[in-house]
Amino acid sequence: MIVLLAVAAGVSLGLVLQPTVPLDLQPYLPIAVVAALDALFGGVRAWLEAIFDDRVFVVSFVANVLVASLIVYVGDKLGVGGQLSTSIVVVLGIRIFSNAAAIRRRVFRA
Amino acid sequence: MSGPDQRAAGEPLRPRLVRALLARPGRAQLGVAALCGLLAFALVTQVRTAAGSGTLASARTDDLVSILADLSGRADRLRSQVADLQRSAALLSNGSTRDSAALAQARARAQTLGILTGTLAARGPGIVLTIQDPQLRIHADVLLDAVEELRDAGAEAMQIAGTGGVVRVVTSTALGDLGSRVTVDGVALTAPLRIVAIGDPRTLATALGIPGGVVDTVDASAGAHAIVTSSPALSVTALRALAAPRYASPAPTPSP
Repeated sequence: MIVLLAVAAGVSLGLVLQPTVPLDLQPYLPIAVVAALDALFGGVRAWLEAIFDDRVFVVSFVANVLVASLIVYVGDKLGVGGQLSTSIVVVLGIRIFSNAAAIRRRVFRA
Repeated sequence: MSGPDQRAAGEPLRPRLVRALLARPGRAQLGVAALCGLLAFALVTQVRTAAGSGTLASARTDDLVSILADLSGRADRLRSQVADLQRSAALLSNGSTRDSAALAQARARAQTLGILTGTLAARGPGIVLTIQDPQLRIHADVLLDAVEELRDAGAEAMQIAGTGGVVRVVTSTALGDLGSRVTVDGVALTAPLRIVAIGDPRTLATALGIPGGVVDTVDASAGAHAIVTSSPALSVTALRALAAPRYASPAPTPSP
């Protein structure tokens, strides 16, 4: 319940405040969002499999976001930021797909 | 898929979901909720950023640099193309003005030469010398005097008319006698003769009227009479065919 409330609060906050992303953060935000989505799908799958753990979720969420941002940062420094962020999106997208497939099997038993 | 809690996993979904939604939020759930709220916030922000900005604003630095290089290369190409086209345009306009100037010059020269050689009709101010000679006493020498006198005075175009025809007087004109008649370039003319000369009327009239000149000579002949009339507008209409030189050909101009 409180999770749903927090999500609603976050959406409305983003809509109301209309924040502009600082220029330095602009390359990292989309990657961080994708990484967080991956963590979220992993959490949902774990919950469905009844192995959900709050601590694990928080740690994996934060670690996912940090590692993704770090990889993009290093890529930018090396001059291959564009390619690395593409690869991160691809890898995380595959993980999201596999997690979504597990969730689907769990929910629809198919 | 074999988690440690298979029992719970096998439990029907809906009661679990309801229970989870109605459960009292613990401290652990607070962290999860905070992260989910943060994710929602970031998601909305990113979506707004991606939608609000154009394609260039969300592009990465590398892409921007390559786009810029592309554009500047294309601008360079277009600029050199513009320079080429301007050069050829200037070339063409220069060429056409030079051509038309040369054409006008050639046309003016052709007109001058046409008047001199008698292939073109001419008009302008001048005099008419009329010689009445009922007794046919006037011969070619008097006419030759008249023509020479008029040439000296600057006549630019001349023709001699009489009963029998009209002849343009040019550089190669020959005068002769055929019996009691005068021939000009082989055409026999009888009096009254009418010589039209285009040039400065006063100079021409003076040249003919000098004491002992053409008019005096004609008047001295029995029954003959000469009249000089000035006119501001005369025309010399007799033409002469141009014969191409058979032996002479243009010699190269000596370089200065």
